[in-house]
Amino acid sequence: MRLGRVIGSLHCTKKYPALEGYKLLIVQPVDSSNNPEGMPLICVDTVDAGVEDVVYFVEARDASIPLKDPLTPSDATITGIIERIDTINRELYRK
Amino acid sequence: MIVGKVVGSVWATRKEERLKGMKLLIVQHYNVDMTPIEDYHICVDLVDAGLGDLVLVTRGSSARQTIQTDKKPVDAIIVGVIDRIDLKK
Repeated sequence: MRLGRVIGSLHCTKKYPALEGYKLLIVQPVDSSNNPEGMPLICVDTVDAGVEDVVYFVEARDASIPLKDPLTPSDATITGIIERIDTINRELYRK
Repeated sequence: MIVGKVVGSVWATRKEERLKGMKLLIVQHYNVDMTPIEDYHICVDLVDAGLGDLVLVTRGSSARQTIQTDKKPVDAIIVGVIDRIDLKK
């Protein structure tokens, strides 16, 4: 899993039926020091996250495991909203 | 998933047996702020997208997680036609 920050949302009227009812959020991945890293991606949301939330998300085929129908074509799914990140030296993030 | 724009279609008469009947589109990769990226995918279209549509693309082994593509040699599919992108400024 990786860390990311929610930076927006995306709306599709026409979508694959198994994705119906899920919110799609735009996530900017962050590195272990909470700085942006790489390109933003679109994630299926399972925890009702919102813009500005720091989240963790699961990628690749495992991304469909948290969803109701195992045959849902998601390659990135948000599985948690982060309240606090502690590292060996300091507290990195607090909501 | 990533954002892309449908820029063309692919026609193949001789193809893998399990891909018969599937519509293949050329999708150029876009960043969420609408800047084009020099990368593209040939995608199986599952939502009847058209030329010029902005679409949502699922890649990798997750592209096989549908009834239509289960256990088939597919690594990119179109799963939605995008109407709106809201980005925090």
